[in-house]
Amino acid sequence: MESGPNFEPGCPIPKSDHEHILLGHGGGGKLTRQLIEKMFYAELGNEYLNRGHDGAFLPPPDGTLAFTTDSFVVDPIFFPGGNIGDLAINGTVNDLACCGAVPHFISLAFILEEGLPIEELWEIVKSIGKAADRAGVSIVTGDTKVVGKGKGDRIFINTSGIGEVIEGTNIGPEQCRPGDVVIINGSIADHGIAIVSKREGLSFETDVRSDTCSLNAMVSDILGKYKSVHVLRDPTRGGLASALNEICEASQTGIMLFEDKIRVSEAVQGACEIMGFDPLYIANEGKMLLIAPKEDAEGILDIMRSHPEGKDAAVIGQVSSERPGMVSLRTTIGSTRIVDMISGEQLPRIC
Amino acid sequence: MKHLDEYRDKELVDKLIRQIGKQLTRPWTLMEICGGQTHSILKYGLLDLLPKEITMIHGPGCPVCVTPVELIDKAIALAMREETILASFGDMLRVPGSTSDLLEVRAGGGDVRIVYSPLDAVHLAAENPEKQVVFFAVGFETTAPAVALAISRAEAKKIDNFFVLVAHVLVPPAIKALLSNPDIRIDGFLTAGHVCTVMGYEEYIPLAAEYQIPMAVTGFEPVDILLGIQKTVHMLEHGIVEVENAYPRSVKKEGNLKARELLNQVFESGYRNWRGIGNIPQSGYYLRERYKRFDALTLPGIAGIHASESEHCIAGEILTGIRKPHECSAFGTLCTPEKPHGAPMVSSEGACAAYYRYNRVN
Repeated sequence: MESGPNFEPGCPIPKSDHEHILLGHGGGGKLTRQLIEKMFYAELGNEYLNRGHDGAFLPPPDGTLAFTTDSFVVDPIFFPGGNIGDLAINGTVNDLACCGAVPHFISLAFILEEGLPIEELWEIVKSIGKAADRAGVSIVTGDTKVVGKGKGDRIFINTSGIGEVIEGTNIGPEQCRPGDVVIINGSIADHGIAIVSKREGLSFETDVRSDTCSLNAMVSDILGKYKSVHVLRDPTRGGLASALNEICEASQTGIMLFEDKIRVSEAVQGACEIMGFDPLYIANEGKMLLIAPKEDAEGILDIMRSHPEGKDAAVIGQVSSERPGMVSLRTTIGSTRIVDMISGEQLPRIC
Repeated sequence: MKHLDEYRDKELVDKLIRQIGKQLTRPWTLMEICGGQTHSILKYGLLDLLPKEITMIHGPGCPVCVTPVELIDKAIALAMREETILASFGDMLRVPGSTSDLLEVRAGGGDVRIVYSPLDAVHLAAENPEKQVVFFAVGFETTAPAVALAISRAEAKKIDNFFVLVAHVLVPPAIKALLSNPDIRIDGFLTAGHVCTVMGYEEYIPLAAEYQIPMAVTGFEPVDILLGIQKTVHMLEHGIVEVENAYPRSVKKEGNLKARELLNQVFESGYRNWRGIGNIPQSGYYLRERYKRFDALTLPGIAGIHASESEHCIAGEILTGIRKPHECSAFGTLCTPEKPHGAPMVSSEGACAAYYRYNRVN
């Protein structure tokens, strides 16, 4: 079911004098205060945020910090399987997980367009709260700006995140080694197709849902046991193909993918056939590519499969020194072709 | 996935490859006419699997690739007018004109829209009565019926702000032009299954007879393509010159009679300049007199536009199969999908783009 504005009886919309976002909601005055206190503190509050200061005071870490930032401009803002709110939390949480870090603190900045229904903002903020709870992160600081009608597109969100790198790990695309295997935690291309199916002007519907979810719990479990993991990468924009090409280029290794091991749901495959898309290039928001020595693959797969977001985990390829810098695909009919980096835009504004 | 997996089945593929190999007594050169087939051949790595005696030449069957620069320049000029909404299929937006492309026009403030059906452009016209909506109609006989339908709908609904820039091209005249060229040596043809779904294959029978060349109506999945090759090789090895239907699940001999009637009602054929190839008689669609008021060429500001090609591009030789994409000195260096010098590198069905994407190392 689509996650559009729907209001649970136990969670009424905070009392507001206005039904829509006004320029004044970003003006720093009473309206801004109302938004922060009645909506943001109510849903996202914690000891750091509630101090209401210009910035957050955070405890010092024991080890190395990881820091990341991402902006979210997805269109439409509500889509099957999620909305721009949980996407903004999951995206930044997953970027930290890709660094081998346990995510702790998130900053949250909104750019709202005048006229955005307060109901929709409330729905998004509730999703943010739920996604943050699920990932075990705190929203510790934030900002709200409002731009005039027609100067933005309803809502843009920026999140930055701080995490603590799990000791003993050394994760990066350049660490990929011949003899490693490529693992992914499930089917590909669900997010991009879910978005496209809801795009205005595209009279085409499927039951595909976005895979947006946080992957940090699964990653932390894996890294707790296997410090040998070489690469973690979430294949978002540009899909599986682009993420793996970047890894091959950085490490000067070659990756051979096995087409019959890569899961693509029937609905996604059907949509791709109709639209002329290649699922290898379509965005994911709840997938993690993991590259590790072959001998650890079974153990890593066991851990992944014990998490709901990793139940369909599989080895989909292997790394070698052949064709350095290139990704190849062994097709289902037994031939081999290269899988190039995406060129130009295939689907704009998918995250 | 049903209706797809069985045509991508490894056992069937292996069986067809063995059958092709068994009947071979000498090398043969075949041309697949359609860019969709070229794309499949490269995407599924069929060149790796085929016996070495079979040489596949990739024909001019990418309508985006053969659209003359002049028409693209005219589309660009129209899109830059404040009163225009220009709509086309996504592939067309990146095709380079003389100095720009439609994506750049959009970035510069032009109203350029991607549509998935020509009827969407008619809806755009109905919703924006103060604008002139121009649909840039590109394609072979396959997509032309939808354009004809859009025009007849616009006529019926009295929508007078809908225009079409017609760049439709026809396959049989192009095959005739290829076969008349003494530099091109082809033993057999795979004709384009989608085109034949609309038009049937009656008009290919006299072509096969005149040039003594066997043809197989061929689909787009690996099994379809190999079946087309197998049938063509069989005819060649046995001295048979016929047009065989290797895509009967989609193609009837007479085609889609309703679509053909609509095409005939809206369009007439005439000379068309093919990018990189030149003028081919009777190879382009033009609007009949009754529909001339929908012709975007009648809009002001585009009459004096003439165009030039990149000096690096050997599109003509690529599109006629005289040279392979990687034999071009600009391939992969000066000319890439990010910075294309010629149309075969731009369209997803272009031979250069297919080689760059799937087969750069061979």
